[in-house]
Amino acid sequence: MTYARRAWIVLWKDVVTERRSKETLNALFFFALLLLFVFQFTLGGDRERLGAALPGLLWLGFILSGILGLGRTFLAERENDCLEGLLLSPGDKSAIYLGKVAGNVALMLTVEAMLLALFALFFNVDVAGALPPLAGVMVLGTVGFAAIGTLFAAMTAHVRARELLFPVLLLPVQVPILLACVKATEAVLLGEPLSAVAHWLKLLAAADVIFVVAGVLTFDAILEG
Amino acid sequence: MTTETAIRVSGLRKAYAGHLVLDDVTLEVQAGEAVALLGANGAGKTTLLKILGTLVRPTRGEPRVAGLHCVRDAEAVRRLVGVLGHGNFVYEDLTAFENLKFWTVLGGHRVDAGALRAALAQVDLDRFADERVRTFSAGMKRRLALARFVLSRPRVLLLDEPFASLDRRAGKWLDDYLHAFKAGGGAILMSTHSFGRGLGVADRAAILAGGRIALDTPVAGLGADDVRRLYDLHAEDGA
Repeated sequence: MTYARRAWIVLWKDVVTERRSKETLNALFFFALLLLFVFQFTLGGDRERLGAALPGLLWLGFILSGILGLGRTFLAERENDCLEGLLLSPGDKSAIYLGKVAGNVALMLTVEAMLLALFALFFNVDVAGALPPLAGVMVLGTVGFAAIGTLFAAMTAHVRARELLFPVLLLPVQVPILLACVKATEAVLLGEPLSAVAHWLKLLAAADVIFVVAGVLTFDAILEG
Repeated sequence: MTTETAIRVSGLRKAYAGHLVLDDVTLEVQAGEAVALLGANGAGKTTLLKILGTLVRPTRGEPRVAGLHCVRDAEAVRRLVGVLGHGNFVYEDLTAFENLKFWTVLGGHRVDAGALRAALAQVDLDRFADERVRTFSAGMKRRLALARFVLSRPRVLLLDEPFASLDRRAGKWLDDYLHAFKAGGGAILMSTHSFGRGLGVADRAAILAGGRIALDTPVAGLGADDVRRLYDLHAEDGA
């Protein structure tokens, strides 16, 4: 019970501070808007090229804004030495990790929902019909991405070149998730049933479990340095 | 007053990338006693406090709090110590009440709104409970950080420059708080550059120089000028 309350309080703190400061959300929103302008400028009105590129572009937007968001995970903790406070708190540190992952998932899904709506608006694409399966793919992909991203953000929190090191560490590990997400999104947008991409979804689910378990098992050692 | 040893450090050594910060430091603090740690910048005061607070691992030596080893029994030590660093451990976008609630839950303690507000009242922040910490002065943030200890009730306080950036009123408040903590059997080890207030709380002054305790002396009967003379003699020479 205490473990769940400790994870919840970290999630609550991250949500409340982000809701009030909107620092990360604003930065990600304008970054997403910039990406869309670039994509729109490049692809123009060619519907055929757009249809082929849309799943990749969508996930490129999710991943790039996600990297920005995840990289800021421990920024607030560095202010006023709060990271030391977290370290000093007695009890299993993996509760802090799970709270942080949940906060990052919530933040990323919010940005992804905004990005998806903007994609539909900018490129005049009807995603409403594919929304339920697409939401499932987004959640599966985001959990894995946030799980390993939060771990690497903690790992690089004290490193001087963390802005450089964080994506260098994160991106190679994300490749299987990214591939599975793009393939599953492509199938969903083409109107295929989810069963047609069940193998990709299983890969995503397995990656989620592996990354979360790896995070829970190693976060304590990473935080302690 | 009990004579239980709250802090015992022997043969403590800490080197960062070959640079020796602490070398063979030996120090004891009894329950109900306060020791002021003096020394020039870079003398190793913060490092010593961080080792005892389980934030930094020593290169060698035996740092113990209430008989527990600060590395091997870090988890148990964390339940006994209250650490106050330069940063105060406060989130600027949470209110004072929310900050206290966060650290209380994270510390594994039961959250009771009445108890949280009472703790804020003890540090004279009850009127500002629902205001964001971003609007607080440095002294108010310091008091909020200390409010955590009202609820967690540590046996040992490790304070890094606790009087820094406090005005006279806040300094007086902290002075009273630390005296009460000592009277309740708590032990205090604090680094300070304040020869006035800091030493007013302390029973002993330990001067760190050259990585060692150059002088460990009771302060009873010594005035601020006497301590300053001792400091000039030992701290600056050894730095």
